[in-house]
Amino acid sequence: MTAVMTRPPIHQRSLLQQSLTVVWRNLLHIRRMPEMLLDVTIQPVMFVLLFAYVFGGSIDVPGTSYREFLLPGIMAQTIIFSSAIVALGLTSDLEKGIVDRLKSLPISRSSVLVGRSLSSLIHSGIGIVVMSVTGLLIGWRIRDGLINGVLGYLLLLLFGFSMIWLGIWVGSLMRSVEAVNGFMFTVMFPLTFVANTFAPTQDMPTWLRVIAEWNPVSALTAACRDLWGNGLPPSADAQWPLQHPVLASIAWSILFTAVFAPLALAAFRRRSRD
Amino acid sequence: MSNGPAVEAIDLVKQFGTNRAVDGVSFVVPEGTVLGLLGPNGAGKTTTVRMLTTLSVPTSGTGRVAGYDVIKEPAGVRRSMGLTGQSATVDELLTGRENIRLVGRLYGLPTKYLHKLADELLERFLLTDAADRIAKTYSGGMRRRLDLAVSLVASPPVLFLDEPTTGLDPRSRADLWEVLRGLVKDGTTLLLTTQYLEEADHLADEIIVIDKGKVIAAGTPTQLKDEAGRASVVVTVSAVTDLPRAAELLRQHTTEVHVEDVSRRLTAPASGLGDMTRIAGVFAESGIEIDDLGLKRPSLDDVFLHLTGHRAEQTDSDTTEALTEQEAVR
Repeated sequence: MTAVMTRPPIHQRSLLQQSLTVVWRNLLHIRRMPEMLLDVTIQPVMFVLLFAYVFGGSIDVPGTSYREFLLPGIMAQTIIFSSAIVALGLTSDLEKGIVDRLKSLPISRSSVLVGRSLSSLIHSGIGIVVMSVTGLLIGWRIRDGLINGVLGYLLLLLFGFSMIWLGIWVGSLMRSVEAVNGFMFTVMFPLTFVANTFAPTQDMPTWLRVIAEWNPVSALTAACRDLWGNGLPPSADAQWPLQHPVLASIAWSILFTAVFAPLALAAFRRRSRD
Repeated sequence: MSNGPAVEAIDLVKQFGTNRAVDGVSFVVPEGTVLGLLGPNGAGKTTTVRMLTTLSVPTSGTGRVAGYDVIKEPAGVRRSMGLTGQSATVDELLTGRENIRLVGRLYGLPTKYLHKLADELLERFLLTDAADRIAKTYSGGMRRRLDLAVSLVASPPVLFLDEPTTGLDPRSRADLWEVLRGLVKDGTTLLLTTQYLEEADHLADEIIVIDKGKVIAAGTPTQLKDEAGRASVVVTVSAVTDLPRAAELLRQHTTEVHVEDVSRRLTAPASGLGDMTRIAGVFAESGIEIDDLGLKRPSLDDVFLHLTGHRAEQTDSDTTEALTEQEAVR
């Protein structure tokens, strides 16, 4: 055994530094298992191609091409799924004892969650970039100026932030990665389909149309279309959220954060007490 | 920091729903010693460790680590201890080196020092060759060694090991014991949980036996064995025909003799090594040829059986032992 080195004094790092260390670790995971990125790369690209070229021909969109109409919907879907990414990562770490390892260290316990959230946003961000590039290749454009273009992306980010709380809540409640997968996909698929993401809501039966137009995913999609100039504004008889999509998206984001953040923190704390 | 005990459990209770997993556990681990927390699966060992390492909040009672209260001063506790094993584990997708760096960075150790430390720890735990491979590819023994290396990053004075050798082959287990003994020599206080009586016997200065959440016995390994029954001298004679004469001879020197014809074995109570050498002398003078003569102390397994009425573990070696006993009786 070599001589024991004398340990220099420990300086407690800030929450941000600790969280960034956790982010570093989470990103290493992605590097080791690039297939983790399939959910934000190949999968949505498949969706784009499938809808744009298979269904696109038979869906009539007023005022623009179907591909241009589709892209904001796919972006919204990608952001909604960030909740599943957070939940899967958190449950997996809880299951494997990594969270316990981190909790046994003299660090702020929030850094586990902050780090997880930041890396999930990066994860989803990669998806948004991939979608934007795919969109540009098939003819999607931002047609309403740079500022509105950026605002659209910021809105996606804000919505993604509120989805993270949902992810932490679900991740803390579920006991296994399989359970998270099952739950998230059962909830997320209808949520992203019963909306204006892939087809306009006008032609739906009235009852379904009301549900679809009040679906938060629709507000976010409509807001992006509005800001990016991808198509005509919704018809005058659409529900309130579609008449004011940007405002509605911000309101939904705030509401989700207000509801899910306390639930998420309580569930994580409860899980952490045992 | 006070010079008091390194670890203290004070009437710890943990209730999960209607199940009292830990039911009033108290003990003290003096600085620089090894405490073995011994008990079967589900006895409450891991829950006790989780409470003492601030991973789980006690329903009632409390604990102290290096003088810090686990409920009121969890940050102090976390600065003073390392945790290894079942309760906390290594990151499979990170390399050995990255696992050490991750924890070192979180502690806030300077980068340059941390890089040197990682090299040193990897070398010390014989992981240098595997340093840049992801932990998923490690064998069970390597993973435990990495786990241990990670928990030593901040050279904590107190180390908790939750079933450190469960699932390891005998060779890896012996290697790990060697490492642990080295740590104790350097002054580290250890609290280890184990299902293996042999392990507690090998490493621990003091053993706490717990079953169904309660402490059912405490003491040094020797004390516990004494409690389970006295030691005895076992003599195996070479020829069955010598048995009566040997028994007669033994009876003159001890209080009672038990004879087993089949195994040509005679067993008599003895108080220790003195008795054994005395009896060895008697047989040497008598001219009776013997195959073997030895002192048999009750094993910790006997202790456990004596205390709880059931065995601590059901391993292959136990089954073989039970068989041998049956054969001997026949």
